[in-house]
Formats: sequence, structure tokens, C-alpha cells
Amino acid sequence: MRQFFSFIKKEFYHIWRDKRTMFILLGMPVVQIVIFGFALTNEVKNAKIAILDNSKDAATTSLSAQLNASRYFDIEKNLVSYTQVEEEFKKGKIKLAVVFPQHFSEDLLHFNKAQVQLIADASDPNTANQLTNYATAIIMDYQNRITNERKLPYTINTEMRMLYNPQLKGAFNFVPGVMAMVLLLVCTMMTAITIVKEKEMGTMEVMLVSPMRPQMVVLAKAVPYLLLSTINIASILLLSRYVLEVPINGSLILLVFESILFTLVSLSLGLLISSMAGSQQAAMFISLIGMFLPTIMLSGFMFPVENMPLPLRIVSNIVPAKWYYNIVKSVMIKGVGLHVIWKETLILGGMMLFFLTLAIKRFKIRLA
Amino acid sequence: MRTLKFLLRKEFRQIFRDPSILRLILIMPVIQLLILPWAADYEIKNIKLAVVDLDHSEYSRQLINKITSSGYFILTDYSSSYEQSLGKIEHDKADLVLQIPGHFEKELVKEDEAKLFIAVNAINGVKANLGAAYLRTIIQDYNSEIRTEWIQFPRFSAETHIEVTYSNWFNPLMNYKYFMVPGILVILLTMVGTNLTAINIVKEKEIGTIEQINVTPIKKYHFILGKLIPFWLFGLFVLTIGLSIARLVYGIIPSGSFITIYVFAALYLLAVLGLGLLISTYSANQQQAMLLSFFLMMIFILLGGLYTSIDSMPEWAKWITRFNPVSYFIEVMRMVVLKGSTLSDIKYQLLVMGGFAVFFNGWAIISYRKRG
Amino acid sequence: MSNGKVITAEQLTKRFGDFVAVDHISFDVMKGEIFGFLGANGAGKTTAMRMLCGLSLPTSGKATVAGFDVFKENEKIKKSIGYMSQKFSLYEDLTVKENMEFYGGIYHKSDKFIKEKTTFILNELHLTKEGNKLVKSLPLGWKQKLAFSVAIFHEPEIVFLDEPTGGVDPVTRREFWNMIYQAADRGITVFVTTHYMDEAEYCSRVSIMVDGRIEALDTPSQLKKTYEAASMDEVFLRLARKAVRAAD
Repeated sequence: MRQFFSFIKKEFYHIWRDKRTMFILLGMPVVQIVIFGFALTNEVKNAKIAILDNSKDAATTSLSAQLNASRYFDIEKNLVSYTQVEEEFKKGKIKLAVVFPQHFSEDLLHFNKAQVQLIADASDPNTANQLTNYATAIIMDYQNRITNERKLPYTINTEMRMLYNPQLKGAFNFVPGVMAMVLLLVCTMMTAITIVKEKEMGTMEVMLVSPMRPQMVVLAKAVPYLLLSTINIASILLLSRYVLEVPINGSLILLVFESILFTLVSLSLGLLISSMAGSQQAAMFISLIGMFLPTIMLSGFMFPVENMPLPLRIVSNIVPAKWYYNIVKSVMIKGVGLHVIWKETLILGGMMLFFLTLAIKRFKIRLA
Repeated sequence: MRTLKFLLRKEFRQIFRDPSILRLILIMPVIQLLILPWAADYEIKNIKLAVVDLDHSEYSRQLINKITSSGYFILTDYSSSYEQSLGKIEHDKADLVLQIPGHFEKELVKEDEAKLFIAVNAINGVKANLGAAYLRTIIQDYNSEIRTEWIQFPRFSAETHIEVTYSNWFNPLMNYKYFMVPGILVILLTMVGTNLTAINIVKEKEIGTIEQINVTPIKKYHFILGKLIPFWLFGLFVLTIGLSIARLVYGIIPSGSFITIYVFAALYLLAVLGLGLLISTYSANQQQAMLLSFFLMMIFILLGGLYTSIDSMPEWAKWITRFNPVSYFIEVMRMVVLKGSTLSDIKYQLLVMGGFAVFFNGWAIISYRKRG
Repeated sequence: MSNGKVITAEQLTKRFGDFVAVDHISFDVMKGEIFGFLGANGAGKTTAMRMLCGLSLPTSGKATVAGFDVFKENEKIKKSIGYMSQKFSLYEDLTVKENMEFYGGIYHKSDKFIKEKTTFILNELHLTKEGNKLVKSLPLGWKQKLAFSVAIFHEPEIVFLDEPTGGVDPVTRREFWNMIYQAADRGITVFVTTHYMDEAEYCSRVSIMVDGRIEALDTPSQLKKTYEAASMDEVFLRLARKAVRAAD
């Protein structure tokens, strides 16, 4: 045990000496959580739209005003001809064009029927989809208001309740996702180069001739980083709660426990990468370039997993961040307890054991 | 020029001498480009619906039928208890709960008005909003059907109807891959380019060979060009592979010309490699270089406009995106690939990128000191 | 290069914050000399050498190398010098020949020169067979000799060697010094730091640095006389004992 502690101490000195790296390791998650917590939202706001009004009557003016007044749209331009629509789209500023045909009001009055055309710039299909949905909703509202002036029989009213996030804040979805991403990548990168670095520098041999058991050498590498990570967990949770104002509805102790478990998974994954990589550079490429995009895209916070094709839904199960993201959402926002997330917890625990055992095994093979 | 020749020869030899790294930085982007675009689909489908039917009437069954046959919803729970359904939301077994109160049919027929309750898991606001909107549309349709059933006079005289027609330009099938594949390619190119350059130079620092270089009469810009050119060519090579995958696997044929893409990419790579150089001059070891580039990459990529729209970001974040080379390249790729924009359409972006290239490389050359 | 002086230093000083690494040192080095720069670890030898090579900007004082001012003409100095640092600095992932070609090339030598010189050196070092091997596969002693050959590949006026024989076996050290003599015979001035006192005996003149200052400068025999010592070892111990600065 004494050996083990002196080993951990040595690892601590390494980290402590390199103040710049330590500063980056502790400061980076703070900055990232704040920036992304505020900036990331998949809700479209203030999208620039253009109006081509061939009618210019009371109804079209009123509808245009309502579009402009909503928080989704800003009318950037009033066009006069159809050819202008394409020009504006090509310049890339306008996301949606609303076209009113001639005699809009008259049609509405006399035939109770009129047409509106929505042209979306579908080069960004997500935005296009949302914008047409929002615009349709505003037009439907307008239509219903006209209709409701006369009372109709047999009306079904719907009452809507938005659970957990009544104001539909983007942060409620993105903060758990960003937490998962930042913790995973920072922790993995921290340990990914530790073993391979000592090998490159030639200091590994000194340790190998010491009476320390190889698995202890590997474990001792992770301990100091685990402590650094708990500081990161604390700062991330504090920022989420008090700066981004995402509530912690469930048990704080459970949340911290799960976060530490997830950190352990990430650190073990880093150790595994380190025990396999041939050079620091390779370790870094694997942990940064190899893991960055898959974590963003397969953990579910950018793209709902249930929308993906089956093979990818299966692949997403090996992304640790997916499980942690689900846990954080459940504990922080839904406020549920371990009885709901025991499965995710077990999976993370299993992943940790798997990565760690494999790392130690690979490390021993390297010695042989 | 002669010095440059020797520098380049050395760099190329070193790059090809370590095929494991070369394989890694070629294979990783290719695999990701083959897999990840399939995950990118914001379209909301397969919404999990729990129904609480307290009415058990003909109408309630009809309504449920209509909803499940729409294709958007999967009925995951059917019960008579609101509490039980909320439990389903807690366990992520349901996204939406539709509650049909008792006497729904009776009230609708006798009192001309009935109420339905919808509860939505709104953690993902957009998903909640869209899911609820689909459900409401279906209910409204159903409402109209009931009316026509009961009311004999022609319907158009009573109900005002504004018909909305949709056109999706540039991508009429709303194919997400047209949008994601070029975007992911840009991101991979950026990560590979920046990291390669940054780590390469820091490695020379760590080994000590850079000191040997510093004591030679070599010119600063020679040294930097010697580093830039190989990685620049390498970046264009990765781009070519990526565009081939886009063509062969995803069937993406740019509406604009390849020349436009390559001209912009050439300039873009210069800027990105310059950034890598800059990172290396401010890092003492590989770990620092990696953490710095990770930090910048994360900001560049998440604020690049590929995943979430820049328009919906707060003002200060929009301001950051103006200094984000990735956002320009993603915009240009989208313009050229989908809209067929030409060089003159993207002259603003070209200008900005030229500015970045000069700025990053200039700064890197100035801050690279041959003597401390 | 008046009076055959190739290096002059006058009150040359380097500070890092409050710490005076090199404290007003003055000396001259003559053409063709083997100038030994002795001192304990941390005495300031390497810092002084790095200033002369143009790798580090002096805080104050004056110095010229090959007739060029170290403050303003450091890039010109670099054309006239060779340098071998404490850290081994050949590219391990390039072959022996490729390293020579590279360094020859960046000193603007012609292809013919590079080719002839490479063959010549490989012959001298008996490394002809190893020419196409990666440097990392060679034993340390060979690497050091190779590093020296590369440092003087472009035939500089002066070569700076920073503890060139660290970690090398006695036989190889001997061979290494033979190479230094040969270089000096060809007219290359050698500026070498070391803490092996037997090596000091091989130098034309030695200076001994203690705590950033030059405490003694003379030929080895004169120094022994002055300090009434039997060997350079004794001279050094007498002077170094005065040191207050801890070795690093």
C-alpha cells in the first residue's frame, strides 16, 4: 500500500508541476459548459424570412405582421417578384419565403378558402422543417380565430401540459448532453497519454523494475485524475444549477455518485487507449478525433436515438455518454431515483470493469 | 527554395515512415464519414404514446385508431390510470400521454364541446413541440370528420380554410445527408489538419530537434512553409477521399463546381493549419497542444452551425461564430453542394478565409522565436 | 577577425527574473583553439553557450562570434557555427544518410558536396553499412559521434559542443576526442562544455565557471600551477567548493 501511495504522489507531482495543463484541465470544462449551455439550442429563433405579397390587402398584412411578431421570425425583406426568391436564397440569408397569391382576402371572404405558399431553404432540412411547422401553426391560429368568431358545434378542445420543462428551454436538453460530452472527453484525454508517455520517455522501465504490481501501476495513474475530475464535476453541477438554471430535481448524492461512476468509465477508457497506442500522438488522435464526433452524434442529445436506423441504434449502445446523458436527464430534470436508472448504472459499471481489465491485460502483454 | 526542398523532403520522409499514424488519420475519418451521417435525422417520428382512456367509447377508440395509423406515433401503453402513464414518461417508455376523460363522447354529442388532455415530456423542447403539434393536427382532423358526420350542410360555408402548400428548395426530398455529409467532412478535415500540425511541431520541441534547427541559418518562414505544405497536401487528399465517399456512398453530386470547393478548401486548410501552428507555439508539450486544440475544436464544431442553427444563438455566441472558420466552410459547402453557388457567390467567405489564413500564419510566424 | 579572436565576450550577462544565470563574464577564444568551458551543473555553462549560438538573447554586455554581434547579427552567426546540444538532436525516424542530407541542405550545400561529405564521414566512422539505417537503431556512442559529424558537416568556423560525451563509455569518449582534435587541426575552433576533468586536460585553454561567473581561465598546466594542484580535478574542486548555488 505504501508503494501505491508513493506512486500516486508521484503522479500528483506531475500534474501539479505542469500548471498550465492543470489550469486547462480545470478551466476548460467551466468555459465549455457556460458557452454551450447558453448557445446551444435546437429551437429556431428570429429566423430571417422574406414575404412575397401579391395581394397586399388587410388579411395578408395582418398575417405578415403576426409572423413578424412571433419570436421565430424576422421579416428581412419584402420581395416583389418570384425570381427574387431564388436570388435571396442563394445569398444564404433568407431561410423561408412566404408567398401570398393575388386576391387573398377576397378568396377568403367569398369562398372561405385561400392559399399560402411556404418556400423553405431545405439545404438545412432541420431548420426548414421547423420553420414551416411554426409558420403553419401561426397561419392556422389566424384561420381558427376567423372561424371561432362563429361558434361551431361539436368542438374538441385540447389542453396541453408540458412536463418538466414548461418554458421549453433548450438548456434542459443540452446541458445534460454537454456534461456527458465534456466529462467523457476531458477524462479520456487525461489518462490516454499517461502510460504511453512514460513509455516514450523511457521512465516506464524504472517502474517496471520496481516491485509494484503492474495493475497497481495502471490504477495509480487514474487516481489523481479522478480527484481532478471530482473538482470538474462539482464546478459543472454548480454552473448548471446556478448559472444555466437547470434544476436538480432528484437526489444530489445520486447525481454525484453517477457522475463519479461515469468519470471512472472515461478514465478507464483512457487507460485502455494508452495501453494500446504506439505513441502519444496515436493516443491523442484516437481519443480526440476518434471519439469526438461519435460522442456528439450517437449519445442522443443532438439526434434522438429512436430516430436512427437500427444498426446505429445498436452501435449507440457502446457510447458511454449515451447512458450518462439518460441518467442525468432522469435524475436532474425528472427527479427520479435509482429504481428508474439502475439499468444504465449497471451498464456503466460493466463498461468500467471491462475497460479497466482490458487495459491491465494489454499492459501486462506489453511487459511480456 | 533549395532549403525548402530539403525541409519538404524531410517532412515527407517522416510522415511516411510512421505508417501507423498515417493509417489512423486516414481510417478514422473514413469510418466516421461512413457511419455518422446515418445518425443525423432531426425529423420526429416513432413518438412513444401512452393513452389513458377513461371513456372506453366508440369515439375514443376511433380517435386512438386514427392516431396510431398516422405513422408518427407508436402506442406503448394503454391504461385507465393517469399516474401509471406518467410513470411511463419517467421510465422513458412514453414521450406523450393522451388522456381521454370519462364522458368524452357524451359531452361532445350533448354539449357540443369536449376536452382532451395531453402531457408531453418537454425536456427536449423541439421534440415536444413537434410531437404535440402532430397530435393536435390529427385531433383537429378527427374533429372535422365528426362534424361532417353530424352536420348535413356543406362544410366550406362554415369553416374558413387557408390551404398551405410547401416547397422545399435545394433539397426537395429533405435529405439530411446532403446537409450532414459535407458538414461532417469539414469537421473531420479541421480536426485532422489542426492536430497534425500542432502536434508535429510540439514533438520537435519535446525531442529537442527544434533547437538544432534554430541554430541553423534557416529562415522562419522556410521552416513554417516546410511544415505547412505537406499537411496542406494531405488535407486536400483527405478532402478528395471524403468527396468520393459522398459521391459513391451517399450519391451526393455538388450542384456547384468542384473547382469552387477546392479553391475554398485550399484557403481554408491554410487557415486551419496556421491555427495548428499557433497552438504549437503556445504549447510546451503534446498534452497541452492536444487540450488546447480540443478546446478550440469543441467551440468551432458546436458553434459551427452544423448541429444547431446559428440564427437561434444568443448575440454573443453569434459574434463568436464570426471568428469561427468552421462556420464559414460549412456555409460554403452547403451553398456549393446544394445551391450551386459559384466563386462569385462566395467571395465574401473567400475574403474572410484569406484574412484568417494571413492572421493565423502571420501570428504564428511572429510568435515563433528562434531565440528565447 | 582581428588578432585571430573568433569569440569575444565582455561583461556578458543573462538574467531570468531575479536569477542571474550568467554574471558579467568576459573572455576571448582564439582561432583553432579547443576552448573548455567547465563548471558544476547549474553554473551557467549552457546558458552562456546558448547566448553565443543565438538561441538566447543576452540581458547585457557585449559579445561577437565569428565577427558578428550576438545581439543584432545572430542569424549571420548561425551560418558560421555548428552546434551539438545536450539533448540528442538528430531525427531518430530518419536514416543516417537522410539526416546528413537534411542538415547539409539547410546550410545551402550543393548536392555534390553533400554526397562526397556523407561518404567521407561514413568511412571515417566505419558506418558505411549503417548509412541507410534509422538513427534510432544505433547505439548511443555511435549516435553521439554521428551528431558531432553532423554538427560540423557544413564545415563551420566554430563548433559549440554542450556536454557531448554524457553517458558515453570511456573508449568512445576517447574516440570522440580524437574527432575533436581532427576538427581543430582542420582549423575549426571548438567550444566545449564538460564536467569530466580528464577531458579538461585535452583543451588548449579552460575557463571554470562558478555561480555564473568565470573564476579562472588559463591553460590546464598554468591552472594547475596557480592552484598548486596535481590534477584539473583538484583545481576544479577547490574552485567549485566556493559555490553557493545548488546544483540542479
